[in-house]
Order: sequence, then structure tokens, then C-alpha cells
Amino acid sequence: MSKAAFKGGVHPAGRKEATSGTPIEEMPVPARLVVPMSQHLGAPCEPTVEVGDRVVRGQVIGATDAMVSAPIHSPVSGEVTAIGPTLTTGGTRVTAVSVTPDETQDLASFERVVAEGGVPAIVRAAGVVGMGGATFPSAVKLRPPNGMEITTLILNGCECEPFLTCDDRLMVEMPERIIAGAKIMAETVGAQRIVAGVEDNKPDAIAALREAGRSAGVEVVGLVTRYPQGAEKQLIWAIMGVEVPHGQLPAATGALVHNVATAAAVADAVERGKPLTERVVTVTGRVARPGNYRVLLGTLVVDLIDHAGGTVGEVGRIIAGGPMTGQALASLDVPVTKGTSGIVVLGPDEAAPDIHDDQPCIRCGRCPEACPMYLEPYAIANYAYRREWKAAEEFHPIDCIECGVCSYVCPTKRPLLQLIRLAKATAMQKGAKL
Amino acid sequence: MSDTVTNERRIVVGSSPHITSPATCTGIMLWVVAALLPTTIWACITMGWPAIRLIVLCLVATLGTEALWNAAARKRQTLTDGSALVTGLLLALSLPPLTPWWIALAAGIIAIALGKLVFGGLGFNIFNPALVGRAFVAISWAGVFAEAPNRGWFRALPELTAEGYDAVQGATRLMAAAADRAADGAYGFDLAAQYRPLLLLNLEGSLGEVSALLLLLGGAILLAKRIIDWRIPAGYIGTMALLSWVFGSDPLFNVLAGGLILGAFFMATDYVSSPMTKNGRLLYGVGCGVFNAVGRFYGSMPEATTFAILFMNGLAPLIDRAFRPRTFGWVKRNG
Ligand code: SF4
Ligand code: SF4
Repeated sequence: MSKAAFKGGVHPAGRKEATSGTPIEEMPVPARLVVPMSQHLGAPCEPTVEVGDRVVRGQVIGATDAMVSAPIHSPVSGEVTAIGPTLTTGGTRVTAVSVTPDETQDLASFERVVAEGGVPAIVRAAGVVGMGGATFPSAVKLRPPNGMEITTLILNGCECEPFLTCDDRLMVEMPERIIAGAKIMAETVGAQRIVAGVEDNKPDAIAALREAGRSAGVEVVGLVTRYPQGAEKQLIWAIMGVEVPHGQLPAATGALVHNVATAAAVADAVERGKPLTERVVTVTGRVARPGNYRVLLGTLVVDLIDHAGGTVGEVGRIIAGGPMTGQALASLDVPVTKGTSGIVVLGPDEAAPDIHDDQPCIRCGRCPEACPMYLEPYAIANYAYRREWKAAEEFHPIDCIECGVCSYVCPTKRPLLQLIRLAKATAMQKGAKL
Repeated sequence: MSDTVTNERRIVVGSSPHITSPATCTGIMLWVVAALLPTTIWACITMGWPAIRLIVLCLVATLGTEALWNAAARKRQTLTDGSALVTGLLLALSLPPLTPWWIALAAGIIAIALGKLVFGGLGFNIFNPALVGRAFVAISWAGVFAEAPNRGWFRALPELTAEGYDAVQGATRLMAAAADRAADGAYGFDLAAQYRPLLLLNLEGSLGEVSALLLLLGGAILLAKRIIDWRIPAGYIGTMALLSWVFGSDPLFNVLAGGLILGAFFMATDYVSSPMTKNGRLLYGVGCGVFNAVGRFYGSMPEATTFAILFMNGLAPLIDRAFRPRTFGWVKRNG
């Protein structure tokens, strides 16, 4: 029996069968690592090492004093061979520290995180960020603004993106780590209630979390499988029954949402002093060996795909993340980072059309019906297309969560989200508050 | 691996989302055509050559007009979106089989040119193009619809002949009903006896009126495929039935007669000219029903479907404005 989901959304083919039953497999240390100094939302780090330096696994190689940021650690022991710009999965260029790993690696050992100032400080020092893809520094969320009372810690195990199964496997294989992290975070913010929301297409994960969380009183709620169930506002709505008010933090509802992989990383950091240097990545679609691989951060996508047996057949788009919100890669020489939940290789026939041939809106009503933010995407897009920004703004583009549902459902394949992003950016330039 | 390297040159970059639903404009239009096929085929079988000729003429007119227009304006060819096909078929189904050929052609040209292209093409038109074409005929050559089923088709099928039908020969049932009502407030024939022919085989009126049952089958297909919203036909037909009863007529007869089913499932549900929100669609359907009932019982045109829907087409943008959804999160501050 699953809880009713938010209004709207879509039900794209899950395509998770290829990897949902595949246990997490450690990917061997690759020959090279390119570790970007920005793997999170917020200020990038500055390299704290120089070319030629020897580094050990877990050592800080990038840091900053900025509040909203997260330090970067070396995933391996080895030598810094280069510092310079690298292309990211998002297509931007950031500074990266290249590390050539030593011949022999002991992945079980690492330099422990030391920090004064309780759990948030440790989480910060360990470089933990939201691993569902948002990559917002977790420590910031663990220090709620004064006067905001957090009543409920919500564990996000929805994994509503098609193809991805890394969170699913994590919940099945190491539910205790997730529960341990959740307990730590709940205690830190003073939340009395821990609720895990998991889409009901993952019965094994639900059972595992229930079992592991029983003694801690964790409620595990099966949610209707519908994209974007795992979007923060939609998940809060499903669990708390309230809408995050426009212009306010989600914390205004008393809820704090963390992804399950983030919770496991928090447990590792606090209980074992382990910095965030690897993550589980679902490699799937047109690859020879689809699977869930534990990958060192900084591993190049090309090496990861090779490890998964290479691509099979004709390739259309290669996506970092899920196909609804992920980024199409322009090059495979980009590193896996803290937010890379998957590498999805789509065939040309599976991917959305490359070129939008300017088909009109036929007013079918699908996009307003499916928008989980109750927007009228066609209207925003039509005004944005004509550069009537003021008119577009009346339709609240800044409330768009960029889930992609509108573009997905549109029968004439209008580039709705692209146009809405323009309207959103223009509105924000003019000072509109998110 | 070399495989990866060769593929790398061909990968495509684009913005999210990277997948899209299988629904396409052409696909939707073809489903509408498919849903109309049972009725179309039955009309061709029972009415014969005149029906086939009418369909061909309407399609030639609508498809030809659109193709020529695009060519003349040096625009992308839009025939493949399927909308002109649907317009042509719907127009044919809304005309009587004996419509003169030049009227059929004119109606098709008007439907596409005046009903759609002058507004800027598909998506920008305010009114349903097929209904624009039909309205043009109704205004210019009203006699086309008054044409009696003069070939005695109906009486060739004795088991379906309604009791008292002879008395109303020379006019469609609806016209006869309206005339009777105007004359003395009573009907000269049994309305309930018309259910069966209207459902199964009715050779008076337009092609699409040949069988309400087959139209309902088509409507059910579109509902099952979630191509149309049930709120429009439900609001429309429900209101019509209710008002028929209020106005002292037979609800079922009025629902089955006069192209109402065709209008409610296939014309009023046209995406472009109908509202986009659920509540808006319900209101729109009810509005169609109200104007249709008023038109039928108190107006000069016994069927009234065309103008009821066209009128509500005009109100659709207003309805959309009135039923704008409230953005998620735009609630009263909770503390
Ligand atoms: S408008 Fe924004 S929030 Fe709404 S469906 Fe489109 S991308 Fe999602
Ligand atoms: S889904 Fe596409 S065609 Fe339908 S209303 Fe939205 S923009 Fe228009």
C-alpha cells in the first residue's frame, strides 16, 4: 500500500531492470584521476597541493573558507602530476588536480577527518554534499537558520529518475549505514521523527530499510512511483502534507531532506572519520556490462565506461545523471564527481530529438497537467520564445524546479524547459527571489 | 577501448530532459482518425458512393489547401502533423452525403484557410477548423442540411423502420421533432422508437450520424488512450440530457440525434480550440451543452451543435484565464 504522491508528474519507463539486481561492484583504481576543485554547489576550492607533491588517500587537496562549499580530498595515494582546467560533466571548465595513483593501493585506509565543532564541522571537513545530484553542501543544511525548528528528517530514497539504481542498491546492501547517518543528522538538528520515502518499485530497499531502522523508530513510507517523486518539494508534500511556501526554505515546513547516499556518507564521516572520496555510480543503457560501480571521484567517464565493457551499438547521448535532469556529455574525458549518480548511454532512437524543428504548441494541456509545480509551461515558453519576459514572469518561471516533465510530455516536442530556463534566468537577473 | 573512441565522435549534446514520451502530434491525430474509422466505414457501406465521394472531396480540399498554402508561403510543409487529415475527415462526417461536390470543396478550403491558416496555422486557431467549414455551409447553403432522405433508404430496411416514420418523411427526425413541438407541443411520432436506428443505422443527416454506437466506440478509444479528457464529452452530453429533460423532451433521443455525439467526442475535444485545465474543460463541456440545448429547443437550427461548440471555442481563452492553476507553494504562509 503506497502513499499517494504529489499531483502531476509522469511515469516514464523505469528501465531499471538491467542494474537493480546487480550488487555494487568496486571499480579497480584507474591509471589516472582528475579531481575537480568544484564538485558541489557553492564556492569552488583552491588546490592546497602542488605538482609533484605526494598525497595520501583522504588528504585534503582543495579547500576554501567560504561558508557554502566542501573541501576536496585525494581519493588515492599517489603523485600530483598536473593542476589545470578540466571539462566537467556540466560542460564547464574548472580547475582540477590530477593524481597518478601508486601501483599498490590500500583503499581500506585513509587519512582521517579531524574537525572541531561537532557533527556539522565533521560533515563539512569530510566534504559531504547532497549525493542525489543537487550537491548542496550537507553541513550547511545541518545548521538550520535560527528560529527554524526541524521536526522531521526525511531520507530521500525515491530515486525517481529512470535507469538509476545506485541508491536502490545502497539501501539494499547497506541500510545500517544509511540509518546510522540519519540518526546522526536527526540528533544534530533536533528532529524527533525520521521518515524514509522510497518509491514502491523498490520493495527490497523498503524491506531492508524497515528492518535496519526498526529499533531506531524510522518510518519507511512506500511512495507511488512517479517522477519527480524525489524532488525535494514533492517529497515533503508526500510526507508532511504541506507545500514549501514560495520564497522560503524547505526547512520552513519543519522538514530536512537528505538523500540516502548522503546519509551513508555522513555516517562514514562521523563514525569512521572517512572523507567523501568515492560514490556508487549506475552505468547502464547501451554498455556491455551494466552495473552499479563504486567509483573513485575523479575517475574519467571514458575509463568507467570501458570498465563497464564499453558501449554497445550506436550511441545517441551519453548522460551524466539520470535522463530527465542529467547532463549530456560533450566529451567522455570528464571526471566522475560527488553528484554523478549515473552514466546512461542512450541509443539515437531512445534519446530525445536533437533538433527541435519549431513545432507549435497544440494546446493539448499535457504540460500544465503534469507540471509538479502547477505551472503553465506552455505559456512561459511561448512568452520566452517571443522574448516577452515581463509577461513570462507573470507565470512564475522562478518556481520551476527544472524537472523536465513538461518537455517530456509535450507531443510536439517543444523545448519547453530550455525556454523556461531563459525566462527563469531573466527573472532572477531582475532580482526575483527563488 | 576503440569502440568507445569511435562512438565518442558521434555523441550528441542537448539539454535535459534527454528522453521524451512516445506521444507525438501525428500519433495523436492518427488515433483520432482511427477512432473515426468504424463510423466512416459504416457510412461508406450503408450510404455508398455519395459518402465515399464526399470524404474524398473534403480530404482533397483540406490537404490540398494546406499544401498549397505552405508552398506559396515558403513554409515548412505541415501535412505530416495529421491535423488537416483530421479536419477533412471530421468535415466530411459532419455533412450529408448528398452535399454537392463544389460545396464540399468550398467547405474544405474554408475550413483550412479561414479556420486555421489565417490565424497562423495549427495551434494558433481559435475555432475548430472543421466546424468553421461546416458553419460556412450552414450559413451559405442551409438547404444542404434540410435535404430530405429522399431515396427511401430507410424504408428499405423494414426492421429498423420506426413506427410513425412515414409521417415525418421529408425531414430529418430532429426537424420533424422541432416542427411538431412548435406546432402543438406534442410529438407526432414516438421519440423512444428512434433510439435503435440512431444507434445502429441512420441514413438521414450527416455521414457521422449513421451510427451513434460506432461513434461512442471511437470516443471510448480516445478516452482509453487518454487522448481526450472525459470532462468535455461528459459535461456536454450530461448537460444536454439534463436540459432536454427540463425542457420536456426525451433526453436520450436528443443525445443520440443531431450529431451531438460526434460534436461532443470529436469536435469539442479539439485541443487547440478547447480549454486546457480540468475544471475549465468541465465548464466548457457544460457550456457546449447549454448552448446546444437552448439552440435546439429555442433556436432556428434544430441541431445547433456546430454553433454551440464554435461559441464555446471563442470562450476557451477566457476559461483558461479564469481557471489558471495556483502555483505550488503559493499558499498562505504557514507561520
Ligand atoms: S515547468 Fe519546470 S517544474 Fe514544471 S514541469 Fe517543466 S521543468 Fe518541471
Ligand atoms: S505539452 Fe506541448 S503541445 Fe501540449 S500544451 Fe504543453 S506545450 Fe502545448
